[in-house]
Amino acid sequence: MTTTLDAPPRAAAATLGKGRPWYWWAPYAGIGAIVLYCLSPFYWMLVSSLRRSNDIFSDAPVPSPFSVENYSAAFSEDNGFLRALLNSFLVAGITTVLVLLIGTLTAYALARLDFRFKNLVLGIVMVTSMFPTISLLVPLLELFSSIGWINTYQAMIVPSMSFALPLAVWNLTAFFRQMPTELEEAAQIDGCTPAQAFRKVILPLAAPGVFTTAIITFIAAWNEFIIALSVVNEKSLKTAPVISSQFTGTTDFDAPFGTQMAAGVIVTIPLVILVLLFQRRIVAGLTAGGVK
Amino acid sequence: MVTQGRVARGAALAAALVLGVSACGSSDSGSSPSSGSTPAALEGVGPITLVTGKDFSGNLQNQVDTWNQQHPDQIVKVIELPEDADAQRQQMVQNATTKSDAYTVLNLDVIWTAEFAANQWVTQLPESELPLDKLLPATVETGKYFNKLYAVPTTSDGGLLYYRKDLLDAAGVKPPTTWAEMKAACDKVLPTAPGTSCYAGQFEKYEGLTVNFSEAVNSAGGVVVGDDGKPNVNTPEAKKGLDFLVEGIKSGQISQKARTFKEEEGRRAFQAGELLFQRQWPYQYAKANATDGSSQVAGKFAVAPLPGLDGPGASTLGGHNYAISSFAKNKKTALDFIKYSIDEKQQRDNLEKTSQAPTWASLYDEQALIAQFPYLTELKKSIEAAKKRPAVVKYQEVSSAIQQAAYDAMGGTTTSEDALKKLQSKLEELTKQ
Amino acid sequence: MATTVDAPPTPPPPAPPVKQDRRAGTGRLAALLVSPTMLVLALVVAYPILAAFRLSFYRDNDGIDPETGLVQSGETFVGLDNFTDMFSGDAGERFRNALMNTTTFTVVAVSIEVVLGVLMALVMHRAFKGRALVRAAILVPWAVPTAIAGLLWRWIFQADGVVNKILDLDEPVLWTTDGIQAWFAVIIADTWKTAPFIGLLVLAGLQVISNEVYEAAKLDGASPWKTFWSITLPLVKPTLLVAVLFRILDTLRLFDLPFTLIGPGKDATDTITVIAYEEAVKFGKYGPASAYSIFLFAYVAVVAFVFVKLLGADVLGTRDGKKGR
Repeated sequence: MTTTLDAPPRAAAATLGKGRPWYWWAPYAGIGAIVLYCLSPFYWMLVSSLRRSNDIFSDAPVPSPFSVENYSAAFSEDNGFLRALLNSFLVAGITTVLVLLIGTLTAYALARLDFRFKNLVLGIVMVTSMFPTISLLVPLLELFSSIGWINTYQAMIVPSMSFALPLAVWNLTAFFRQMPTELEEAAQIDGCTPAQAFRKVILPLAAPGVFTTAIITFIAAWNEFIIALSVVNEKSLKTAPVISSQFTGTTDFDAPFGTQMAAGVIVTIPLVILVLLFQRRIVAGLTAGGVK
Repeated sequence: MVTQGRVARGAALAAALVLGVSACGSSDSGSSPSSGSTPAALEGVGPITLVTGKDFSGNLQNQVDTWNQQHPDQIVKVIELPEDADAQRQQMVQNATTKSDAYTVLNLDVIWTAEFAANQWVTQLPESELPLDKLLPATVETGKYFNKLYAVPTTSDGGLLYYRKDLLDAAGVKPPTTWAEMKAACDKVLPTAPGTSCYAGQFEKYEGLTVNFSEAVNSAGGVVVGDDGKPNVNTPEAKKGLDFLVEGIKSGQISQKARTFKEEEGRRAFQAGELLFQRQWPYQYAKANATDGSSQVAGKFAVAPLPGLDGPGASTLGGHNYAISSFAKNKKTALDFIKYSIDEKQQRDNLEKTSQAPTWASLYDEQALIAQFPYLTELKKSIEAAKKRPAVVKYQEVSSAIQQAAYDAMGGTTTSEDALKKLQSKLEELTKQ
Repeated sequence: MATTVDAPPTPPPPAPPVKQDRRAGTGRLAALLVSPTMLVLALVVAYPILAAFRLSFYRDNDGIDPETGLVQSGETFVGLDNFTDMFSGDAGERFRNALMNTTTFTVVAVSIEVVLGVLMALVMHRAFKGRALVRAAILVPWAVPTAIAGLLWRWIFQADGVVNKILDLDEPVLWTTDGIQAWFAVIIADTWKTAPFIGLLVLAGLQVISNEVYEAAKLDGASPWKTFWSITLPLVKPTLLVAVLFRILDTLRLFDLPFTLIGPGKDATDTITVIAYEEAVKFGKYGPASAYSIFLFAYVAVVAFVFVKLLGADVLGTRDGKKGR
């Protein structure tokens, strides 16, 4: 993550050698404010997860005494939380790969090919993301029961794909359309087939869009709850959000708030790491484009 | 759908617009079990599932494991549902409307019995084969619908009045049995205890408000829905009950913030020493007595039956019942497993390990258990005198209407009279046959 | 995941040369490329929409047999009753209130999110030490599972919660009770959760703007402000519009936050999906619930159409509006 890769807009103010305007600190204050805004609720989640369950009502900014009780509760053997994390990775990972594959194909066709019904296709893709998700559940349940998909991974993957595809297609289409056609034509003159031109020229250039789509798809699939809850009742197949909804307190009435917050932290951290990795690729994508 | 559309657990709650199903769910309900007074014999032996939201401290799994060792050909598999009650009900309703045989024994909240029975999602049970006379009669009633047994109580619950014994003793006041006494006690004690308010219950707009409203009405001698199934809530008695809550808020004896209390928020306030009296379930007893510094009131409180208008009030019954899904296989095994679960041995074990209130009557009188759970005696009184919530098919709608009325009256956006009048007409609409 | 880019999807090898017989050849290729997406969408979405459409004209029989207490079976065709009921009586009042909330949430929340999201994108785009961490921090809210975020915010906004501790007023604000404060609580939580979504998409858009454009602007002596308005914004517009469009679609279906954070049945925050959920799941009234869903569906479609027509003709439009340089 070096600073040389992209010269950002308005970098001038921060560069040495030029006189600093009086407001040089303003961007940094802005950055600070945004980071604070984003992190403070998460901090509260972290703090809450580190209290003893009896201290859960405490509002001290630092838990005292510190306790990892909630984490050991979350990972206690009969919860199967580790297995659930693995399932979540499988479901979200496969969903992301498939969505990128077929979404890229569709987006390429929409952005680059001239065919009838193009707007109709875009319209239909958009329309499918307009229906309240909760309304889909029971018909899906009936469908999956009748084709024997209950307690299978595909019963979670296919709905997640359908939720992610509209945005993927639209976003990628917008990206591909921004790529100058001249590049492809030049590549084809150099002897590339259209497929090669797409793979070697367009795709690297559109990498930021592709990776952004990947992140969004992955997170959406990772956090999908209601379908995963309903189509799977086999414990070994349940995903992390489903398992964490099944944590209980010690009685009917005390909510396992601390354990749930611990689960939230555990589920969020891998995503943040993943996002960091993807972010590197976004920048890498840019340089790859710059070389061309 | 990237964020909100993806319904999450809140959403757990979330759930399905159960489209498409209702039609199939009800179209041939005639094929379900007999509607005569003697239920069809429950047949089929083999593996079954137990569907439940709660497995506190894993004790349920232990009991199931023991059963499985004894019955290797009739293995019981536990299917866990989300912790949230609405989400549990949703999953069970979905299972029933799609007529799946995935669920066998259902762990139902007592308030779901009527709905599940009337839709024939659960099977009528043979009363003669079950030791019902050993169970607290009030709890058995919660498993009945139109005088037929559809579910067997496994755990119960009743409201208790938690009070600050230290403060009352210091002021020389006895625990109150009526609202007036409670008010007087507050007037006497509160000036010496700054930061403490008189009373709270569960007043957030959710099922707990239905419980608290029903208790207030019942404790004033009124009813919400009568034994004949007819609503009768627009009465002077009911108004006195509601006014107990409304006036409490107005006079400040119930603090405004109590309107955001569910069980846990209320427990927090009580443990912080902010409440002199509180209506709460037994689960709070052990937690508020914790001596690890999390509770300011450990050792300083005691419990009593709920107060009422002219004498002790009436609690609302909580708890869970086991029922058998109409669409399940191996119903004989299911019945045997239910018998095993409600047996004295299992219930004692459950009380000891999870402190859930049992339904086996004699357990409440065992000295060893009373020593371990000092509130048992009061709890038994509470449950014996308790009233059940309306046993109506459209319970969810009825409960929503009740919450609306109570919440608005307590929020001051409508008067008690108007709220009750509107509630009465709404309930008539919902219960007409 | 990172490997997907190294092995990108290869369009089928026998792709016809682009130039000759353009229409027919590309038509076939396009059909081939588009069909997997359409297949998945049809499988998961098409049938439920049709089912809901049918149900919205029916109502369950809910009479109870006075002898046995059993519910009557079957359903009745009621024509447009489920729809006309949206505009009369108690149910109608509740529906119109929900429609109003849905609309105000969308307008206000999405507006705030656009401003915050663009700011975040600009911040993430800047070069400075520790940028990677700032990027990660900004994306944290969005990565927190929605369900748990709802619980977290409820905890934060409760009567004794941290927000009231920080505000330190004489009387705590009862955020979760019915009233305008509950509406604000939902807006605050929603913008926190989803502004990063817009930020992320806009950031991707920023990354493909070439540096020469900025160099040129700098040589011309354009102020940072002017550079932003006349160069950055127009260039990220396509991605920004897609992001905003999808945020609108999502916010119109807002469910989790009103439901978890405030709770259902509160006039200030009930949205159409919340009441549709209550009708169907809690009350078992699938007819009216389907009618709400269909109405919402139509409403979202109209909003999307108007949005695309007014602002984003080039998102959906034909290829005449070439982007880039």
